[in-house]
Amino acid sequence: MSEMPANTSKGHIEVRNFSLAYETIEGPVQAVTDTQIHVKPGEFVSIVGPSGCGKSTLLNAVAGFLKPTTGVVTVDGERVNGPSAERGMVFQQYSLFPWKTVRENVEFGLKMRGMPRSQRERAARTLLGLAGLEAFEKHYPEKLSGGMKQRVGIVRALATGPKVLLLDEPFGALDAQTRVIMQQILTNMWQRLKISVLFVTHDIDEAIFLSDRVYCMTARPGSIKAEIPIPLERPRQQSMMMSSEFLALRRGLMSLIREESLKAMGGEISDLGMQGLNIELHGHSLVEIL
Amino acid sequence: MSSPALARHPEDSMPATAVAEAGSAPAVTPPAPPVSFGTLALRWYRLNRAGLRATAIGIISLLAFLLVWHLLTTYRVVFFVRFTNVPSPLAVYASFTKAMHDPKFLMHILLSCRRIFIGFSLAAIIGVPLGLIMGRFKLVHEIIFPVAEVLRPIPAIAWVPMAIMLWPTNEQSIVFITFLGSFFPILVNTLHGMSLVDPVLVRAAQCLGARERSIFREVYFPASLPHIFTGLTVGMGVAWVSLIAAEMISGQYGIGYFTWEAYSLVQYADIALGMIAIGVLGLGSSLLIRGAGQLVMPWRST
Repeated sequence: MSEMPANTSKGHIEVRNFSLAYETIEGPVQAVTDTQIHVKPGEFVSIVGPSGCGKSTLLNAVAGFLKPTTGVVTVDGERVNGPSAERGMVFQQYSLFPWKTVRENVEFGLKMRGMPRSQRERAARTLLGLAGLEAFEKHYPEKLSGGMKQRVGIVRALATGPKVLLLDEPFGALDAQTRVIMQQILTNMWQRLKISVLFVTHDIDEAIFLSDRVYCMTARPGSIKAEIPIPLERPRQQSMMMSSEFLALRRGLMSLIREESLKAMGGEISDLGMQGLNIELHGHSLVEIL
Repeated sequence: MSSPALARHPEDSMPATAVAEAGSAPAVTPPAPPVSFGTLALRWYRLNRAGLRATAIGIISLLAFLLVWHLLTTYRVVFFVRFTNVPSPLAVYASFTKAMHDPKFLMHILLSCRRIFIGFSLAAIIGVPLGLIMGRFKLVHEIIFPVAEVLRPIPAIAWVPMAIMLWPTNEQSIVFITFLGSFFPILVNTLHGMSLVDPVLVRAAQCLGARERSIFREVYFPASLPHIFTGLTVGMGVAWVSLIAAEMISGQYGIGYFTWEAYSLVQYADIALGMIAIGVLGLGSSLLIRGAGQLVMPWRST
């Protein structure tokens, strides 16, 4: 595994006093407030939370796509000012370039860096080999299954040797079996590369299974509700998901998120009620039914 | 490597999953034994059955069209429309064979093709980059779009008097009208393609270190290509419409002029010949564009 860059001393993410608000006609809407998170070099950290809590917003700010309204995001002490190849990103929608073959997709970051063609072709082949995709290097993404597409997405993000890998619900669109395989592959790559990972998901099992630490966010406006270390030993196996330790963690996280989801939905329900739509609920509040 | 995960399954962990997922991937199937020509032909037939069927029906339908035309003209049918003076297919064929040996007819066709080539190429060379730039830079869009929107609904044929005033020669004004006809469909479709570029792909490129110029070349341009080619196809169609109209009004040569002249000279078979020539030329040019599209966008052909 000597051919892979190993950045043990790099990839420290710090998010301090972070808040982010969107401008709307009714005034600013707070998406995330008063948030502090960090990822130590080589650590695998997940963010979970109810939908719409701003976990993707937070990740996009670390990637450099969104500017914090207050606070600061740094990687290895350097302030994040915009997207860069230092922070690789994997998107839920795969986001492969349909007009590039699998290999050209993987080569893209190296091409942007100005690496000569023959060299980047070789590098891309090596990486695709590690992901078991060398037979598909000349295929266009359209022809690949969801799992393969996302493997290409991960390999492409890792090709430039970033300090940090950011993943935004990367396996959300995959079926359950493929998702388990993908989690295994991601874990393998992470352990080989010793890269820092920030992983956003709404799947609690996935977060526990993969992470060293899990942040749980509150309903909108999102902030950190709890930080849960995952002391499960590695390597982790599927069978662990039945262990009492895993289940205890799962129960804990589940109740945290349930609380927040109800809060979020409670807000929506009262909004609906104000618009006179409670008739459709036969006079019952959805909170009662739940 | 100290990781126990890798120690447990040393090399095979990822390729193994790949095989499991890929199923009957080309990489894992053993090399097939050589097959006979007969089997290959049979397989080809099975795979292309739908296409063969469509071709067969198409040929039959064209023949039926000719037959109906033949019958209508032979019996000089008058039923709301009058076929009394309409030339029969055989008469048109006779005038076609005569025209093929007439250098003047070929010159008409070549001249029309030249006008299309120049007018359409100019429209593409200006329309596509302008659309790309308007799609990327808001200010350019804000400046040019209102003017384009006012000029766009004016049919190219309405430009004929203006074109004659604007350009010193007839030839130039005809090319100008051809250009105008194809310019707006090309511009509008390029713009549309730019507006549909998936922002996630742009973000993906940024995360991989792409700067503005690379994003333009590597993301916006290829992502818009399908719509650019739609614009080129539509533009080519409108170019022919505009050209024929311009030639009929102000031309001295060209296939549109030929058709109109045939009417004035009471050469009825030549009218139909001119029309068919226009149809075939229009079809040929849009096939050329479709072919170019498949060459430029290999990821879209199956």
